Amino acid sequence: MSEKMFICSDEAVALGAKLARPQVIAAYPITPQTIVVERLSDYVEDGSLKATYLHVESEHSAITASLGAASVGARTFTATSSQGLLYMTEGLYYASGARFPIVMMDANRSLALPWNIYGDQRDSLSQLASGWIQLYAEDAQEALDLTIQAYKVAEDPEVMLPVMVCLDGFVLTHTYEVVEIPEQDKVDAFIPYQNYANKMDLDNPTSNCITAGPDYNLEFHYQQHIATLKAGEKLIAADKEYGELFGRTYGGLVETYRTDDADAVIVTLGSVAGTTRCVVDALRAEGKKVGLLRIRCMRPFPEKEIIAALQHVKAVGVLEKDIDHGCEGVVFTNVNSALMRGTTKPATFNFIAGLGGRSILKGDIAQCFDKLLRQAAGEPQSPTVEFVKLGC
Amino acid sequence: MNRPQPVNFVPPKTLAEYPVGPCCPSAHIVGINAGMRTFRPIIDHATCVHCLRCFLVCPEGAIDKSEADLEIDLNYCKGCGVCAHECKVGAITLVKETEA
Repeated sequence: MSEKMFICSDEAVALGAKLARPQVIAAYPITPQTIVVERLSDYVEDGSLKATYLHVESEHSAITASLGAASVGARTFTATSSQGLLYMTEGLYYASGARFPIVMMDANRSLALPWNIYGDQRDSLSQLASGWIQLYAEDAQEALDLTIQAYKVAEDPEVMLPVMVCLDGFVLTHTYEVVEIPEQDKVDAFIPYQNYANKMDLDNPTSNCITAGPDYNLEFHYQQHIATLKAGEKLIAADKEYGELFGRTYGGLVETYRTDDADAVIVTLGSVAGTTRCVVDALRAEGKKVGLLRIRCMRPFPEKEIIAALQHVKAVGVLEKDIDHGCEGVVFTNVNSALMRGTTKPATFNFIAGLGGRSILKGDIAQCFDKLLRQAAGEPQSPTVEFVKLGC
Repeated sequence: MNRPQPVNFVPPKTLAEYPVGPCCPSAHIVGINAGMRTFRPIIDHATCVHCLRCFLVCPEGAIDKSEADLEIDLNYCKGCGVCAHECKVGAITLVKETEA
């Protein structure tokens, strides 16, 4: 029987990681991820998790130690946030390029400067091109489930790529919810240990992380690109199989909510999707045709799913805790690029909100919907990137 | 001599021949790297006292000590002569490559 626990998302991730039985954990504590590494070191100390826990001196060491562990075929877990993720950057590209299936939790937190420890998504979104599969959880239960599913996708022989499980700092990491904990034997059956094709092996010696000059470099990246796209199919399959085993599915790469006949849809990721769903219900009750599309997977980018769900919508707004200064939010760039390839393109608008942990309230989301509905009603709205609650 | 030998590197011709990521049997040691050698060091084993000084100073790591007698890996010896210069018992002589 599965049991239920009242825990925060950091604890949910730690329990998810424990259930996945990583053989090596190398992590450096950073707010708001700290509880994850505290719990995991407790599990290793009390013997309930048989793993080697490496106390490293920095995030750069955490990712490079993880590279070393994964390179000899060990199931590996790490976790970080914000500045720590940036400090790992060099290693992130090594992990994806070397095709090491490391699973990492990132507690989404703002980037300096101005100094800030609260939640926005500028850290992980700055690493979209690092070659990692990027998944975003909406609540503690999904954070636990994604941590387990991440290994299923990462270690698939057709994928062999690292996976980053992202969850909003504080709003998720430090918020307590009831979470169902899957049974260990069922998790073991869902993600049995894999024999990595690219591991170092004394009986079959290889060089790891070799040079590939101009003659061979492009082909390695093409191969990695195809594997990343493949990860999308594998995540959809893993979500389905997980549902059959544990009774929870999340809809694959995106989750659509009341989008079928919608005039206006907000696209977002992470915990703010929950608040948006409430606003959608309230506006629907007033007869307004609005909907929500939650992106669960930023890499690979769910282009097909976004086109299918949104190409006939009149106005689409991307609400994101991110800004690519001098351009727009990077989620907006990605969504817009996908929609350009549909048969019809909705009017698209970008809402920047929640930077440095500022709350995104129902009223803020309702105002975004108001703008989209005015556009849908034939009243053209300014295409300028809008900073929500600017000056408040 | 117990040293890695040059591998006959066959480059991948199709994508299917690429490994999963750049982790594969080494393609670094793909050929002999000694073509610039003018003088070849010759060890006189009767004189050699096996002090391993040449083994330690060889900048190429080209001296092998896995057998009873020291042996020079001529695939990688560049003929710099450091071994002969440093040998305290004069066991190593440099012979012109064309006369060796």
